[in-house]
Amino acid sequence: MTSDLSRRRLLFGGAALSAGVLLAGCTSNEQTPTEAQTKAAATGANQEPGKKVTIGFSAPAADHGWIAAITNNAKAQAGAYSDVELKSVEAGSDAAAQRAALSTLISQKPDVIVLLPHDGKELNAFGLEAMKAGIPVVNLDRAFPDARAYRLQIKGDNYGMGVAAATYIAEQLKAKGVSNPVIGEIPGIDSLELTQERSKGFADTLASLGLKVANRRPAEFTADSGQQAATGLFQALPKIDAIWNHDDDQGIGVLAAVNQANRKEFFMVGGAGSKKAMEDIAADNTVLKATVTYSPSMASSAISLARLIGQGKGMSDLVELQVPKEIVLASETITKENASDYLKLGF
Amino acid sequence: MSDTTPTAAPERAASLPAQSPPVDPAETAKADRSAGLSWWRGDGGEGAKRNLGLLATLVVLVVIGILTRPDLYGDASWVWGNTLTILKLASVVGVVTVGMTFVIIGGGIDLSVGAIVALAGVWCTTLATQSYGAGGMIFSALTVGVAVGLVNGLLVSYGRLVPFIATLAMMVAARGLAAEISDKQTQVSNDTFINGIASTNVLGIPLLVYILAAVVLAGWVLLNRTTFGRRTVAVGGNPEAARLAGINVRRHTVLLYALSGLCCGIAAIMLTAQATSAQAAMANLYELDAIAAAIIGGTLLSGGRGTIIGSLLGVIIFSTITNLFAINGLSTEAQNMVKGGIIVAAVLVQQVQFRSLTQFLARNRATTT
Repeated sequence: MTSDLSRRRLLFGGAALSAGVLLAGCTSNEQTPTEAQTKAAATGANQEPGKKVTIGFSAPAADHGWIAAITNNAKAQAGAYSDVELKSVEAGSDAAAQRAALSTLISQKPDVIVLLPHDGKELNAFGLEAMKAGIPVVNLDRAFPDARAYRLQIKGDNYGMGVAAATYIAEQLKAKGVSNPVIGEIPGIDSLELTQERSKGFADTLASLGLKVANRRPAEFTADSGQQAATGLFQALPKIDAIWNHDDDQGIGVLAAVNQANRKEFFMVGGAGSKKAMEDIAADNTVLKATVTYSPSMASSAISLARLIGQGKGMSDLVELQVPKEIVLASETITKENASDYLKLGF
Repeated sequence: MSDTTPTAAPERAASLPAQSPPVDPAETAKADRSAGLSWWRGDGGEGAKRNLGLLATLVVLVVIGILTRPDLYGDASWVWGNTLTILKLASVVGVVTVGMTFVIIGGGIDLSVGAIVALAGVWCTTLATQSYGAGGMIFSALTVGVAVGLVNGLLVSYGRLVPFIATLAMMVAARGLAAEISDKQTQVSNDTFINGIASTNVLGIPLLVYILAAVVLAGWVLLNRTTFGRRTVAVGGNPEAARLAGINVRRHTVLLYALSGLCCGIAAIMLTAQATSAQAAMANLYELDAIAAAIIGGTLLSGGRGTIIGSLLGVIIFSTITNLFAINGLSTEAQNMVKGGIIVAAVLVQQVQFRSLTQFLARNRATTT
């Protein structure tokens, strides 16, 4: 009995151990690293190494491809300059944790701070404090309500994404001669302001053209939620002419649902501009025909501009001697025709 | 399972018709109560009534659907397709809920199921795992699920952590590990076999629905027709009495959490197939969906009672509501409010029934003794 038991234990133990070893070997994700979106040093006075600038950087812990790309881009762009030192702090899981991380950053006396806040409103006070202490703050994407809280704000255009998507969809429908089209929308997390802005831009533009959204099923920026939202949409609308899906990451799930439901009668526009979406658009073998950008390349630009601010230089193509205060990126429409140009900006 | 120590109630066991050799007292008690019950009643006298109530709720939901979208419901092929879609939507949460039902009946709770699904999903879609093909992916998802479940069980039973705390910690930790492994990226599955699980139909019915049916059937048999199931009820109903009756309560608890982990591993494969990808944030809040479904299905949160069929009906009710709101183009906020209302109503009904049951038992005891 005892020997039987120990043999059994040995067997189970051995099996468990080997399973563990096997599994541990399976966590690798080695692949060719995705190219970060940097702007290589070109010609021009601004690219000449200047005064040494220490840039403090903080962005939320990435739970999504876009945020991960923001951090990667910032680091890569800083690495491209010989006169920039990047001090990066993890922003933790919420605004309070980010505030704590930022206070340690301030004690390291950076020349400029580049910050993607968890929540612009909640970190407004930090922006004011840092600016008062003489450290210029570059707000990345999530605006501070108080104009004194930042030196530069660089962000994407959520409303413009909706406008771009609606414009493309309307053009295509018109070219196809569809009257009374059925348009579906799959937004991301509906409670977020950015989602509401995107949807408003979409609805406003469609309304100005006499069109409307037939049904919208929000997902959660994840592929599995995108799959479920799309499945719901397909049940509600037996025939669809066009879909705008706000986010290319959740779009992986939406495309899976398209295949599973075998629905090919419509075309789809994505959002954000992931590398996979651009490849799909270029290959032109799915319903995804276009995507409207909200590019994380803004992090690279933010680092470049922070460097110029630290060195007291302006943007060389502009007349002004200093960097402007606000920059809003245009949401660009990527189609089969220009996908290859944008591929290097995909994330 | 040849480890059952001699029980304290051999004479009662002897009076029963011969069943499986190791006889727990819990089993005899159970057999007394469930004599002559219909097949779908898992446990307790009021289970059938409750399941009928759930079916009635489903019928009401379908009627609302017919009244609000007569154009869609007029098309028979759409109705059939929609029914399959509802079942497909229910399949992943349904599999998770079967494991959850066991854990709750056994007196515990597993808040980490969503995180386990995410971790197993991420683990089975790393490039390294994918290089081993579908077999390697399935193996790793199931093993990760069971392993995490085992850790939960060991923490609860031998570490003496409260299940709520142990699995809450695991919820955070497993998602953290998933984010670490995936580097916070969406990992696309390129395996046609795995992806095919979600797009294959057998005899016109999606494979996912068969998987759900198989897991539910296995869970039902395990709960109602095996010693393991009866011990689960005994451990959840009164762990001290179960221990005195010779059940190894700690080991049984470990097995319950491992079972829940196994269900999560299966669900991870299904969800990965559906989304053709996995990421650390997937299966968000599935723990709430699974617990809610088990509760409205009649599983007692304090343990000791519950049915697999009830849980299944609970999951189907939720996915029918989701479907109802989708086909009417209503907002998900309103949908969440309705879901919350249904959970509260179910628990209120449960409390009233439980109170009347205890009163009934008390009266019975007073008259018989």
